[in-house]
Amino acid sequence: MATKRIVEHTHQSMESMSLNMGPQHPSTHGVLRVVLELDGEIITKATCHLGYLHRAKEKHAEYKTYHQFIPYTDRMDYLSPMSNNTGYVMAVEKALGVEITQRCVYLRTLLCELARMSSHLLWLGTGALELGAMTVFLWAFTQREKIYDIFEWIAGHRFTVSYMRVGGVARGDYEEWRRMVREFLDQFMNAHREFETMLNQNEIFLNRMMDIGHISGEEAISMGLSGPSLRASGIDYDARKDSPYLAYEEFDWEVPIETKGDCMARYLVRMREMEESWKICNQALDALEKTKNQPANIDNPKIIYPPKENVKKSMEDLIHHFLLASEGFKVPPAEVYSCIEAPKGELGFFLVSDGGPRAYRLGVRSPSFINLMSLEKMSIGHTVSDIVAIIASLDPVLGEVDR
Amino acid sequence: MELTTGAGTIPGVKEGTSDFVTLQAPEHALTKTLSDAIAYARRNSIWPVMLGLSCCAIEMMGTAAARYDLSRFGSEVFRPSPRQADLIIVAGTVTKKMAPVVRRIYDQMADPKWVIAMGACSSCGGMYNVYSVLQGMDEICPVDVYVPGCPPRPEALIYGIMQLQKRIGKEPVF
Repeated sequence: MATKRIVEHTHQSMESMSLNMGPQHPSTHGVLRVVLELDGEIITKATCHLGYLHRAKEKHAEYKTYHQFIPYTDRMDYLSPMSNNTGYVMAVEKALGVEITQRCVYLRTLLCELARMSSHLLWLGTGALELGAMTVFLWAFTQREKIYDIFEWIAGHRFTVSYMRVGGVARGDYEEWRRMVREFLDQFMNAHREFETMLNQNEIFLNRMMDIGHISGEEAISMGLSGPSLRASGIDYDARKDSPYLAYEEFDWEVPIETKGDCMARYLVRMREMEESWKICNQALDALEKTKNQPANIDNPKIIYPPKENVKKSMEDLIHHFLLASEGFKVPPAEVYSCIEAPKGELGFFLVSDGGPRAYRLGVRSPSFINLMSLEKMSIGHTVSDIVAIIASLDPVLGEVDR
Repeated sequence: MELTTGAGTIPGVKEGTSDFVTLQAPEHALTKTLSDAIAYARRNSIWPVMLGLSCCAIEMMGTAAARYDLSRFGSEVFRPSPRQADLIIVAGTVTKKMAPVVRRIYDQMADPKWVIAMGACSSCGGMYNVYSVLQGMDEICPVDVYVPGCPPRPEALIYGIMQLQKRIGKEPVF
C-alpha cells in the first residue's frame, strides 16, 4: 500500500491535454473551476479559476453598520457561521476595547466548537461520498441535523444563525437547551466511532487517501497553509493554543498533529479534532452550568441591543434600540487585526475604522482561499482521479474563497 | 351494470366483458391515458441536476440526506450531468460570472425541464445588491417555482418540489 504513488515523468510527451473541471462538478465543493493540464492521466498543471461566487462581502462591510454586517459573515464560510460571527465581532470588540462577560466567553467557545464539529462532519460526509462511501454521508448528516437543532433552539435559525453580537450574544441560553446539548454530546462519540469503523480500515478509502497530495511542513508554511491542513504536515500551530482567545486556555484539550502531510493525515487530524472539540464542548457546558446566573451580555446599552420586551415598556430602551437600529454605534479610529482558529484554518479580520458607524475597510484573511492555493503543488504528478481526494482533503468553501 | 358513454347507454355491454373495457374509455382514450401515465411518471421521478452554488446547496444536501429524505418524493437522484436531469434547483447566489454557466446547464438539459429558484439570492438577488450578483435568475431562464428563505429550510424545498409536482400533471404532454 505504501508504494510511491507519484508517477515519475520519464518522457515529455509532445501534446498535453487540458481538461476543464467545474464550475459545475459534483466534487469541487461548490463553484470551483480547475483547469488541468494532463500528460496522459497525469496532472502536470492545475490552475484554479475563482470568482464564481464573488459577492463583494468586503465592500458590503463599508456600507453596513457593524451590526448589519453580522449576517454577511454567516454566508462567508457557510459551514460554520458561528465561528465567522465570533471572528468578526471579536475584531469589532477589539477596536472598541470592550471586554465581554465570562458567561459569553463560555457560550461562544461552546458554539464555536459545535460549529467545528458540524463543519468537519460535512467535510467527512462529502469527502467520503466523493470516494464512494454513501453511508458515511447519511450518518454525518444525521449528526449535523442534531447540531442544527441546537443552533435553531438558541439562535432561531438552523443554518445561518447570526447569533453573535458585538458585546455579547443575541439571546441567552436556558436549562432545556443545555440539556439538549448534553444529549447530543453523550451520543456523539458513539457516532464518531462508527465513522472510524467505516473508513479507517476500508481498503478503497485507504488506497485513495494514502500518499496522495503530499505537502511537507516547510512547503506548507511557505504556502501559508493553516488549520488542519497545516497540522497534518507536522507543524504544531493552532491559534487556539498559540494566541489564546475565548476560554481555550482554561480547558483541557490537545492539538492533534500528524506528520505525513498526505490526504490521509489530513483526514486523521480532522477526525481527532472532532474528538477534541467534543472534550472542549463538555467542559464549556459544565462552565455554563456554573455561571448560569450571570449575564451573557455586557452592560452597555450604547453597543448592545436592549431586550426586546423592555423596548416596548421603557422609554430609555426604546431610544437605545432606535439609535442602534437607525445609526449604529461608532467605533473610535483604529486599525485592528483579530484572528480565530476557524474549522478551515486561521480566519482573520482586519478592520480599519475612521470613527464612524461603518468600517472604513474590512479585509478578511480567509483560510479556504489561502489553503486552496496549494492545490497545484499537491496535485502535480497524481492522476485525475486523485484530485477529487485532494480537493476534499483541503476542504475549501467557495463562499469564503471568493467572498 | 350497462355501459354509459357520451352517446348514451349501450345496451348489451355488460361489466366484466372485454367490450366493456374497450368501450368504457372516452374518445382519444389512448392519448388521454398515456398522457396521464406519463405525467404520473414524470411527477414522481423528478431528477435534479447536482448544481450547488453556495449556502443553499448545503440545505439541498440536507434535504436529500436521512432526516428529510427527498426520495419520498422521487427526487433524490441528483445527476451530475444535466442531460440526465429534469429539474434544475438553482441553490445559491448566481453571480454574473456564473450566469452563463447556469444558462448553459439549463440549455443542455433535455425537455421537459423545470426550474426551481431556491433561496432569496436566486429569486431576486437577496441581500447582495452589488455589481457582481445577478438580481434573480429569472433574468437568464424561466423559473417554475420560487422557494423563499435564506436559505430555505429543507421543508420549504420539499414544499417547492411538491408545488412543482402539482404543475406537472396539468400541462399537455402531446
